[in-house]
Amino acid sequence: MNQTLIAFVEDKPGVLNRITSLFRRRNFNIDSLVVGKTEKKNISRMTIVANEKNSEKRKNIYFNLIKLINVILVKDVSDIPCIEREYILVKVCINSENLNSFNELAKKYGARIIDLSSNSAIIEASESKDRISILIDKLTPFNIVEIMRTGKMAMQKGLEPKNKEVHNINGQQNLTDNLWATKQLNSYLK
Amino acid sequence: MKNYEPKRILTGAEIIWECLIIEGVRTVFGYPGGAILPTYDAFYKYRKKIHHVLTRHEQGATHMADGYARASGKVGVAMATSGPGATNMITGLATAMMDSSPIVCITGQVPRHFIGTDAFQETDITGAVIPVTKHCYLVMEINKLASTISEAFYLARTGRPGPILIDIPKDIQNESVEFEYSNKLIQIPGYHLPPNPPNHHIIKVIKLINEAKFPIIFCGNGVILSGASSEILKLAEKSGIPIATTLLGIGGVPDSHPLVLGMMGMHGHSWVNHAIQEADLIIACGMRFDDRVTGKLNTYSPNSKKIHIDIDASEFNKNVKVDISVHSDLKIFLKELNPYLKTHTHKKWLRKISFWRKESHGRDVLNRKHKVLMAAEVIREIWKNTDENTVIITDVGQHQMLEAQYYNHENPRTLLTSGGLGTMGFSLPAGIGASFHSLENEIWIIVGDGSIQMTITELATAVQENSNINIAIINNGYLGMVRQWQEMFYDARYSETPITSPDYVIIAEAYGLSGQRVTSFDDINSAIKKAQSINGPAIIEFIVEKEDLVYPMVSTGADLNDMVQRPKKDYNLKSDNKKELLN
Ligand SMILES: Cc1ncc(C[n+]2csc(CCOP(=O)(O)OP(=O)(O)O)c2C)c(N)n1
Ligand SMILES: [Mg+2]
Repeated sequence: MNQTLIAFVEDKPGVLNRITSLFRRRNFNIDSLVVGKTEKKNISRMTIVANEKNSEKRKNIYFNLIKLINVILVKDVSDIPCIEREYILVKVCINSENLNSFNELAKKYGARIIDLSSNSAIIEASESKDRISILIDKLTPFNIVEIMRTGKMAMQKGLEPKNKEVHNINGQQNLTDNLWATKQLNSYLK
Repeated sequence: MKNYEPKRILTGAEIIWECLIIEGVRTVFGYPGGAILPTYDAFYKYRKKIHHVLTRHEQGATHMADGYARASGKVGVAMATSGPGATNMITGLATAMMDSSPIVCITGQVPRHFIGTDAFQETDITGAVIPVTKHCYLVMEINKLASTISEAFYLARTGRPGPILIDIPKDIQNESVEFEYSNKLIQIPGYHLPPNPPNHHIIKVIKLINEAKFPIIFCGNGVILSGASSEILKLAEKSGIPIATTLLGIGGVPDSHPLVLGMMGMHGHSWVNHAIQEADLIIACGMRFDDRVTGKLNTYSPNSKKIHIDIDASEFNKNVKVDISVHSDLKIFLKELNPYLKTHTHKKWLRKISFWRKESHGRDVLNRKHKVLMAAEVIREIWKNTDENTVIITDVGQHQMLEAQYYNHENPRTLLTSGGLGTMGFSLPAGIGASFHSLENEIWIIVGDGSIQMTITELATAVQENSNINIAIINNGYLGMVRQWQEMFYDARYSETPITSPDYVIIAEAYGLSGQRVTSFDDINSAIKKAQSINGPAIIEFIVEKEDLVYPMVSTGADLNDMVQRPKKDYNLKSDNKKELLN
């Protein structure tokens, strides 16, 4: 199974560059990387999927990632119940004959038709990776023109115990949800 | 650190110098140019408070800052202009990065509105140095300049130390703002220092130490960086466990101590590598199991439990799988650990190690007679003629390994060498840099004939600064270490390793320093004494055996205790280079 990491990073120029540079330099493979803004100002959130199987290497990726100065928190959610979603846009050729079956297919797989012309349609779907792959399979007979697919986004199910830890950096009281990091570090250092 | 003085309007250039002064910087190694001109102009005002050393190359500036940092434990500072000035710093940054040396490099950048236009002398230096710095900054607002500099110094010296680069556009150097400086401004939410007190592994560690019959302690660079020399000795003495050092760990513990075995690894002592392979417990302190230390990984110390103590968690299980990893500053952890230790001795184990030690005695190059001067002899004589506070800076090659084997160090920060990157050309500039800290201590640079020619330009810097350094050039007419590999693994095809040298005595004279040449053993001492008596830089060129090899040697991919030893029969001269020289 792939390794899924959630990283909270400072929203500053060059941070993505540092992360991809790290993966390249350490010879870790990135399967996908999704980045976007969060509920917190100046903090972006990434879901990184790495296809490393070796458990020592996985820990090494985690520690190298958290070592980057602009990376605030990292959580390895590979073995934690999460909602995982990819988003896809597919343009297909359609005609009056297959329009009905196309509609049904979309409905069945939770995809929405968001653009329709006389000979083409664009549908969108946000689903787990597997369901997205099935959807693509099923769409193949319709003559796919183009596909745009994002990487995976992950969010842990349920609520984290809201236990704000004070992380003391050089006399600064720095409130972060550091419990995540601390817990993870401890479990890795066993 | 002082707090800021309120309400002063300063230019960016002035702020740079004010910040450096507040950080306690006394010496800056640098080289001016267009994009850093405003800062050099402002320096004119500050030249009574900070000494600027004009180097002859920006690589030299970074190595000087690095040498200063390694000798002092403080942050070294280098400065350069944009473009070629900045790119010339990359080797120095990478060298500092590999050996965790705290330096701050300040580079000028083209004005902000030119960034991205391929302007004259524009280089994306922050983009280029991401992999070779602990962190780097491009300052895009004057308001952030002071806090960035303070953050840079903080990052450089804390945690696992390392190099930081700050790139400052020229227009920011010219802009003015109210100056505020305080370490309270530092806000780095993503900078995680290890927990203090450390996560508790003490019971498990004690249990392993108590159970061990053949334990060994590793002393790495971390011992020196965290200042844990007395703590690691306490650990060794109380529990009766011998210590092996890495190349960069040399000086972390005194070589004269009965429990200190010496260097491990590719050119480590045979008895040390034997001990590592036979050990049942390794306590690795502040080191990273580099491939030059382990030899073949899957046969490395097969029967030992391993405890790894390091400040950088990304080092755990990177190369060698360990049983307990302790994420902590070394000194803090050892201080916690030591009171729990039982007093113990390991007589049988130590006897076994001294047996291995005696065995290799007859193979020692010093115990043989030679017609020509041997590099090992030169290093031994320098050791005999210097005290334990002498700072030795080596370059990279055979002479570097021989120094590690034949110069006994008693104190931390008395051997400065480029271990991780193996940067030829390091020693002369690093030695000049070190001399700005170690004013009292004697300084010896031990450098090969290949290496000296990489950064020989810095002789002019040494003369301009009247640096009190002694430069021992070990001239074997070869890129010796590469020749060694060619002799051993490439059927002695000496492809591009014979190297000629200028006449170093004339070179010395031309640069305006003292120069001597030594070709025989009997002249070593008087030459050393003469160099020592000179207040200022001095060169001694030692013409040594051309085709000596560094023994023992673990071939890459071989087991750690599978070492090539110096042949038993008397050493045959391969060349009579004395004659050659006199012709
Ligand atoms: C900048 C750089 N280029 C190349 C090398 C590869 N290299 C390692 S040792 C060595 C030879 C060093 O020759 P010298 O300084 O004469 O020392 P010796 O081995 O002869 O004592 C070389 C070329 C290096 N370490 N650094
Ligand atoms: Mg040489």
